[in-house]
Amino acid sequence: MPTNDPTRALLTRLGLANWRQNIIYIGFVVIFLIFAVTLADKGFLNPNNLLNIVRQTAMIAVMAIAMTFVLSSGEIDLSVGAVAGLASVTVAMAIDAGGMIFGIVAGLATGLAVGVFNGLLTTHIGIPSFLTTLAMMGIAKGVAMWISDTAAVPIIEPAYSWLFGGGSIGIVPVLLLWMLGLGLIGHFVLKRTTFGRRVLATGGGETAARYSGIDTASVKFRVLIISSTAAALAGMLYAGRLQSGRFQLGEGDELSVIAAAVLGGTSLFGGYGTVVGTIVGALMIGLINNGLILMGLEFSQQLIARGGIIILAVALSQKRS
Amino acid sequence: MGQSGSVSGKSHAVAMRGITKHFGGVQALFGVDFEVEAGEVHALLGGNGAGKSTILKVLNGVHVPDEGTIEICGKTIASPSPEAARDAGVAMIFQEMSLIPSLTVAQNVFLTREAKTGFGLIDDRTAERKARELFDLLDVDVNPRALVADLGAGQKQLTEIVKAISQDARVLVLDEPSTALSVSDVERLFEFLRKLKAQGVAIIYVSHRMDEIARIADRATILRDGRRVITAPLSELPIDTMIEHIVGKKSRGLSDVARDHVEIGEPLLELVRVSGQHKPVDVTLTVHRGEVVGLAGLLGSGRSSLARVIAGIEPHVKGEIKVAGTPVQIDGPQDAIRARIALVPEARATQGIIAAHSVASNLTLAVLDQVSSGGVVNRRAVEEVADHQIGHLAIKTASRDHAVLTLSGGNQQKVVIGKWLAADPDIFVLDEPTAGIDIGSKSEIIRLVRDLTKAGKGIVMISSELSELLAACDRIVVMSEGRPAGIYDRHDLDDPALPPEDAMHRLQAAEQKLQFHIQEALKRQGATHAN
Repeated sequence: MPTNDPTRALLTRLGLANWRQNIIYIGFVVIFLIFAVTLADKGFLNPNNLLNIVRQTAMIAVMAIAMTFVLSSGEIDLSVGAVAGLASVTVAMAIDAGGMIFGIVAGLATGLAVGVFNGLLTTHIGIPSFLTTLAMMGIAKGVAMWISDTAAVPIIEPAYSWLFGGGSIGIVPVLLLWMLGLGLIGHFVLKRTTFGRRVLATGGGETAARYSGIDTASVKFRVLIISSTAAALAGMLYAGRLQSGRFQLGEGDELSVIAAAVLGGTSLFGGYGTVVGTIVGALMIGLINNGLILMGLEFSQQLIARGGIIILAVALSQKRS
Repeated sequence: MGQSGSVSGKSHAVAMRGITKHFGGVQALFGVDFEVEAGEVHALLGGNGAGKSTILKVLNGVHVPDEGTIEICGKTIASPSPEAARDAGVAMIFQEMSLIPSLTVAQNVFLTREAKTGFGLIDDRTAERKARELFDLLDVDVNPRALVADLGAGQKQLTEIVKAISQDARVLVLDEPSTALSVSDVERLFEFLRKLKAQGVAIIYVSHRMDEIARIADRATILRDGRRVITAPLSELPIDTMIEHIVGKKSRGLSDVARDHVEIGEPLLELVRVSGQHKPVDVTLTVHRGEVVGLAGLLGSGRSSLARVIAGIEPHVKGEIKVAGTPVQIDGPQDAIRARIALVPEARATQGIIAAHSVASNLTLAVLDQVSSGGVVNRRAVEEVADHQIGHLAIKTASRDHAVLTLSGGNQQKVVIGKWLAADPDIFVLDEPTAGIDIGSKSEIIRLVRDLTKAGKGIVMISSELSELLAACDRIVVMSEGRPAGIYDRHDLDDPALPPEDAMHRLQAAEQKLQFHIQEALKRQGATHAN
């Protein structure tokens, strides 16, 4: 490591010496500026468009905040997308059967139940979370298809739709408040609470953490529950926004969620995580999606461009020795 | 100096001359000469830090020497590298074996050199036949079709050696080959080595077991503090002379560690007939307040298992553990911590620290609840704890926020100890607390251990370095096969004939006595097996 290098000293002064670590923030600004210039005439900077990006990103961000904890503890949760779809269906059916409060309870209970299942299989039976949650992905989707008969379940409850996704206060969408509120809590819990420390310690060195008296199994159990519950909440937000529950909601989101966290600087192998980075990562994915659509690319081209940009960003953020 | 057979014109299997090696500011080797002949078993001896592993790593190309020449089978190695060493015929058999458990013996032996069929496909049948020929030739009883995972330790070792031989190894380096082996496996290994010797293979044998050296080695080279002390035929080196050369004159400062008189208090930790799953076996031991009890013995003697049982990492299946007179149930590390027992574990990197996390996070890992209220970590409290331990232990770090991996080994170990000091336990279990630590920090850590006794702690300490145990402990338990083979009072190991002022020689004399007790325990162990 060159320490007395004058260029490096200058970079340190400018706060750019660790640019690889901060690539997500730099990248976000750069991409935003590029779009602002090239897509100005297509309404990119229109406040409504920018708020749309937030609306489209909020669910990914909510799941990715929880995923930050899962990845930080050295585990992974592949079932989040399918669980969101399942919860959207259970919440819609429960509202129909017993009203709004019953619906909210049923939706969150769905996530909790899946989390307990994932957690028990992972920590007590010892199936790696990769496999547990991969299997759960199929189970959750199957259950959602089965109970809804693969049809959309409408939600006729304006209060619910306003609170979970559709509403806005002035021009501020409720979804933005969900995202920022949960982000704030997530950031605080990860950085400032004993639970957050234990999560990072478990992912950073499981043996050392266990030898230090940390119940690492319980930590993993809890992060998996947090993740599934957050996924259920995201599904409820989808349902509120679209005023219906469908098993397809959230399909494939797990990849965007993991990408958002990793883009933000959370380690796939545990021990390091940042909720702020994760939210910016999620926003960046939304930004790219939005920009590519405004550019008028076809869906196939969007997929290719999006993949390329994510690979570039993650490659740049890797430390090289 | 006792050189034999080096004047003739024939080339040595290994001729290393004037090897010098620095690591940073530390000089590990001072112009060491090391010659090994074809067809001999050459023992390489020395204490920890004597330079054994450094010279072996120079030989197999892992380290490039600062000065000196390396000749292998008459060929000078111009640019040392692991590949060059291997091509010249050097094979090193590691303690942690390099076999892949999920492949068969034959597949392992020919890994990366697989036999192919005419179509370019892997031909396991031919590999098995060739392996069988090789095993028959060397009279080794291992089934080439068996999975390595199903082999015993001894068979694995033989497979490993056959693998090396099949790659035309002319110089075989065995580093502590017998630690994992039962007595009968060791017999088989020795027979096998004699056969290889007869075929002209040069064998370098590293072991702490003097009795083995005496049986298998033809010559020995003894290193101490990075210098060669002597190379001589075994016939000129009785065991006590060897030990004398290995221990040598102490320049470690360990003899200077003050041993202020500390009042031994009431029993703090009592083990009553405690057994683990395999080891330890039936251990009864009491540690008092203000007392350091050392566990001596070879690797695999059950020292670490005992430490792990006390700390709740391995379950104890029989017996009773009492802390301050009250029986405690210890089923996991958390129970041990609740009983105010702290373990400073053997593998610092994986068990002691979270390397990528900051010094402050590591120091507060065991006291998270104390530095937080309502689940929220109080930053100021964390900083206070961290700064206090950094100051108290003189941890050298750029700041409390630097990652622990930026610290030196000694300072990393201080972080592990500081983590537990912050939790203020009554009982410390230290497993090889000075392993891989430079000499200066070593005496600092031993001094720290002595200081803990003044605070009324009870300490169990494991070390492979006898001088350290002698410097730190009040009593020393010699372990053998999971059982305490003898308990010795530190005072009884002193030679009353030596004046107390001569701390250095007293320490040396005590070390020889302790070494003798360990050898005795080994002999008894060997004898029970023979019956």
